[in-house]
Amino acid sequence: MIEELLRSSPGLLNFAIFFLLAVLLLFVVLGFVTFGILSERKVMGFMQMRIGPNQVGGRWGLLQTVADVLKLLIKEDTIPKAADRPLYIIAPVIAFAPSFVVLATMPFTDKLQFADIGVGLLYYIAVSGITTVGVVTAGWASNNKYALLGGMRAAAQMISYEIPLVMSVVGIILLTGSLNLNEIVAAQEDIWFIVLQPVAFIVFMIASVAELNRVPFDLPEAESELVAGYHVEYSGFRWAMFMLSEYVYMFAMAALTTILFLGGWHPLPFLGFIPAAVWFALKFSIVIYFLIWIRVTLPRLRADQLMEFGWKVLLPVALANIFVTALLKEIFSLL
Amino acid sequence: MIRTEEMLLNVGPQHPSTHGVFRLVVKIDGEIIKEATPVIGYLHRGTEKLAEDLQYTQIIPYTDRLDYLAAMTNNYVLCHAVETMMGIEIPERAEYLRVIVMELGRVASHLVWWGTYLLDIGATSPFLYAFREREMIINMLNELSGARLTFNYMRVGGVKWDAPEGWIEKVRDFIPYMREQLKGYHQLVTGNEIFLNRVKGIGAYTKEDAINFSLSGANLRCTGVKWDLRKNEPYSIYDRFDFDVPIRNDGDAWSRYHCRMEEIVESLKILEQAVEQFPQEGPILARVPKIIKAPKGEAFVRIESPRGEIGCYIASDGKKEPYRLKFRRPSFYNLQILPKLLKGENMANLIAILGAIDIVLGEVDG
Repeated sequence: MIEELLRSSPGLLNFAIFFLLAVLLLFVVLGFVTFGILSERKVMGFMQMRIGPNQVGGRWGLLQTVADVLKLLIKEDTIPKAADRPLYIIAPVIAFAPSFVVLATMPFTDKLQFADIGVGLLYYIAVSGITTVGVVTAGWASNNKYALLGGMRAAAQMISYEIPLVMSVVGIILLTGSLNLNEIVAAQEDIWFIVLQPVAFIVFMIASVAELNRVPFDLPEAESELVAGYHVEYSGFRWAMFMLSEYVYMFAMAALTTILFLGGWHPLPFLGFIPAAVWFALKFSIVIYFLIWIRVTLPRLRADQLMEFGWKVLLPVALANIFVTALLKEIFSLL
Repeated sequence: MIRTEEMLLNVGPQHPSTHGVFRLVVKIDGEIIKEATPVIGYLHRGTEKLAEDLQYTQIIPYTDRLDYLAAMTNNYVLCHAVETMMGIEIPERAEYLRVIVMELGRVASHLVWWGTYLLDIGATSPFLYAFREREMIINMLNELSGARLTFNYMRVGGVKWDAPEGWIEKVRDFIPYMREQLKGYHQLVTGNEIFLNRVKGIGAYTKEDAINFSLSGANLRCTGVKWDLRKNEPYSIYDRFDFDVPIRNDGDAWSRYHCRMEEIVESLKILEQAVEQFPQEGPILARVPKIIKAPKGEAFVRIESPRGEIGCYIASDGKKEPYRLKFRRPSFYNLQILPKLLKGENMANLIAILGAIDIVLGEVDG
């Protein structure tokens, strides 16, 4: 349906349909974020021998996040006197918008996708890079020393981990011969890329955790060192924008991992009767659980060790993976 | 040309990792610390001056508030000083109770250190695990003294409350449980590659430095000096127990970590023996006069607190209040080496180094 709309002549009706679809996606994602945060708190609680949210919305604290967001909405919006006002105001938007924009190309199932563009993978990586600008802007505009340090760390970290992230998926692009996410999933019909590209998977997982600024790579907002890092001066809903963008990215990154390595919506053998959407959700949840698990278990890296690890370990490994993949592909094609 | 300049950064007094109201003024160039100046005194309550107007028994609650993570040792050092001056013989049962609560306090204090240190380094779970075990200790001490943190438990001549029925058994049951949990701690943290990278070789100093800066406790033992007052100058009944003094030789945060973790094991050993030898009957308070008056003169005693050597000096002119009271507070002395350690380190190491010293601000500021 979207394909037809994209090719049709522009008009008010088409615009309205697109707008409604976008709003729908927004609510789906916000719904996920609401329960994603709740599930993270519950899983963390379970791993740390405590209960987690259990007051708002019944025994399971189902409405806890809703209450939190409402609280943030009605909080006072403070802007420091010495802050760079326009930049300070626009920074959360710059950080937040790309996190939604990247979702447009995600094929959740073979039918549920908003834009099936030829360079979907490239699009994701390019757009997600914009968030860094928002984070650095926030750090700079706050006119706070901790925020500045956090913003600088964020810039250094996100740039240096974007490279291994991109390099790790080159192997998959070689195997598929396409940057289109649909075709990448289609290529995994028989065998998932996690089997064919285990090294790439590990590099991708590590780099994606770093991209998400989560433990053990949460240096830009290292609580015990930089208090809160780049968003230390933000309050109310501006602060919530940063937090939301982080969780939307978690959503996007888990979806991308599922698509690239875990076969997207493809079922396991003999279990094809379960709908594709369920398969996707299941694999996706496993990735999310894994991310939470890491967060609960590991301490934080140091800034210089992080850089060293990114450039001296992850990047060479990713490059070697490309080389080996290309070599093996040639050999097998000759056979 | 890009103009660069050093930045003056106030770490604290409100900062999540200063463990209280400690302020550190650091000059940083990028993330590298050029100079660090500790500023203390935000929690100063003038304990020593206040004590000059208080009777000896009234001073005890003030000592609780010095090192609030190991209040029992503070209670003890004051009582011990007065007892030394008055020459009081302490009943057997009271001595055992004192040793048991002090060693429980030591375990609890090291658990808090372990949890908060890992929290500083960025791991959240160890904190909750450590507090789960500490909670058990606190509950036991609560049962004994009626307070969870500021116990006010010891008196000149003994202790205030006898152990309730079944309390000793609780302590006995706790020992194997704690040993089991320690295994889990090591599995979770000690071998972790990231943790090793964060603490190995960080904040290292030599034996000579440690002695010159008058460090004590694990901060001294991590450089290879085998100095523990429980062994070297046994007080109370510590000479009856068989335990080791764990030492390490590198003098870095990793060594301090090991020293403290092993001290928990040694404390459990002492507890095990103390519970075994605990006398069934007997008084818990020696016969002391209603109003305690230390004889004219002065005395200085020192004991091993979880943080190091805590000392108490009393000068008395024979009245019911001391003429002058002074505490040698180990955290305060241990903190002195910080500016030297921080020079040239980066911001992330600041937290790792400060945390490894294990200060309690109540004690630093007095």
